[in-house]
Amino acid sequence: MLDDLDRRLLRLWQADPDLTLADLAGAARMSALQASRRIARLRDAGILGPAQARIDWRAMGYAVAVSLRLTLDKTAPRAFDELIAAARAIPEVTEIQTFLGRVDVRLHVIARDLAHYQDIYRRRILTLPHIADIESLMTLTEIKRDEALPL
Amino acid sequence: MTPDFEPDETDRALLRLVQEDMGRGAAELGRLLGLSQPAAWRRLQRLRAAGIIAGRRLALVPEKVGFGVTVFLGVKLAAKAQVNLADFERAVSGIREVQLVEHVLGLYDFRLRVVARDLADFERVLRRRIMTLPGVGAVEANVLLSEELRPGPL
Repeated sequence: MLDDLDRRLLRLWQADPDLTLADLAGAARMSALQASRRIARLRDAGILGPAQARIDWRAMGYAVAVSLRLTLDKTAPRAFDELIAAARAIPEVTEIQTFLGRVDVRLHVIARDLAHYQDIYRRRILTLPHIADIESLMTLTEIKRDEALPL
Repeated sequence: MTPDFEPDETDRALLRLVQEDMGRGAAELGRLLGLSQPAAWRRLQRLRAAGIIAGRRLALVPEKVGFGVTVFLGVKLAAKAQVNLADFERAVSGIREVQLVEHVLGLYDFRLRVVARDLADFERVLRRRIMTLPGVGAVEANVLLSEELRPGPL
């Protein structure tokens, strides 16, 4: 698993994912070679995946974001699989999660504006299979987003 | 942000690629898209300047570093309490285990995403940090089982 130096490296890197290897190594008080070896080991162990660009959909013109909380008809044998497969076909669904709790599945849906959202909701969401209940939470403001884990 | 900038098909293809792997350099991206390195680099810069590429995420797998539990919380503020929204927002944002806070419209007032080492750790965070927040009324917790991030309308 992780040792203290790995944790130090990851804490610094999480705080600023755009750091170059040299700057990261410097901040972590190790050589660039040591840092790159540790990073390679973390990647090989499947602990670290490839760095991914985070897209701000608002900046792309999608002003509306809705958290759709679905309860499924669990009597259908493949309800989850079929619902999720159908949700994947909707381009405006950017996240699909399953849960243990009151909610079975959550879909994160983006839209350009409310009219666009209404169109997606009526044509694509209401036609999804095996839904027993839908509840929406519309995002008004993002207060905090920190994907860093509290290592 | 440049409001006149409308991403074209090539920009969208570029976004699809960097969403998967930001480690690819401009040369490799250019090769994959049939662009020169400077042309690919210029497009990346323009997307960054427009705020469309908002940064990079590290893709650390939480379970592999000891965070086995992620919980999505819906929080309703107590209606009768004279709650200063800013006080609640400041307090909830100060909790390290809370990765995401959104002010929402619906059955709940706020949506939270919380990470914890295990259920006992989560219970401690819930009881000592979240239920004690100023103005907290009802809290609904849903434990994350699986998550899939999709590319979006690119």
